[in-house]
Amino acid sequence: MAFINLKSRVIQVKIVYYGPGRGGKTTNLEYVYRKFQQRIRAEMVTIKTHGDRTLFFDFLPFDIGLVNGYTIKIQLYTVPGQVKYNATRRLVLRGVDGIVFVADAMTVRREKNIQALRNLQENLASYKKKLAALPLVMQYNKIDLAEQGIPLLDTEALEHDLNREFRAPYFAASAYRGTNVVATLKKIISMSVASVRKEFL
Amino acid sequence: MSYTLDQKQLDRLEDILKADLIDNGVRCVFLIDMAGNIVTNLDNGEKQHDIYSLAALAAGNFGAVSAMAKIIGENEFSLLFHKGKKENIHFNKISSEFLLITIFGNDISLGFLRLKVAESVDQLKGILEPLTAAHP
Repeated sequence: MAFINLKSRVIQVKIVYYGPGRGGKTTNLEYVYRKFQQRIRAEMVTIKTHGDRTLFFDFLPFDIGLVNGYTIKIQLYTVPGQVKYNATRRLVLRGVDGIVFVADAMTVRREKNIQALRNLQENLASYKKKLAALPLVMQYNKIDLAEQGIPLLDTEALEHDLNREFRAPYFAASAYRGTNVVATLKKIISMSVASVRKEFL
Repeated sequence: MSYTLDQKQLDRLEDILKADLIDNGVRCVFLIDMAGNIVTNLDNGEKQHDIYSLAALAAGNFGAVSAMAKIIGENEFSLLFHKGKKENIHFNKISSEFLLITIFGNDISLGFLRLKVAESVDQLKGILEPLTAAHP
């Protein structure tokens, strides 16, 4: 649910990075923050545990300029991936306009990805929303690990596990190196803004 | 929930917040929804805060405290107060979808602030509740 302020002509669009723990959601946002630091005036907000795991969420707001005379404010959130933090994940999803599902391409994480996707659908259902009806981009992260000989799932397997129902756009990415991080972000922004435009403008 | 506020409604919200809170010495007040969006914000011009981050954190904080309330068998804690050395922050729930946040110094007593916030909330409800009812 984007909020549109007709007086100041501002639209706030909420995009949430979702996925299993240690999958690279925060690393995505950190890369975006570093890369566009000159343009992002706000500080990135992050609430972590001592072990550097996301405790509550990360938050990164920035403007992308005008669409139909409205200033678009994009607000990126991540959720804590660890299973035990489900209540927090559900909170962050409230009012979401677009989702990036960051899957971990490591073969050993296959089951975790599937569980996280199921958990996302359950949490959306508590807000009477369906994943299939929301702007969604899949990101298959950690492709750089192939160089170190770590077994990775290929794109076909990931597509079959996670995306056969949704047919969402997908990117093989390395959040650590920045590969396809910006492409993922651009895609979800354009889809979310288009969906907000269709609904409200 | 989707909702839109027109210029007249926003002007009315701002008038209420200005008359009840800013004119009574509150430094900064903002009305947000539970998703962390800012509906409107006003300040007395002294200090600029990063209001977007503040709104995101406030909505998260309020959500977390509401979840705590449910665990101990309360339906909700409808107001929260955090005390600092110079600045204090007060959260008051308006409806299931909206939250009013005020930032104020030690020159205003908490009791007075609560009174003024309660008066504003009653008036704000008149504008905001029809929105929630129209878009369940």
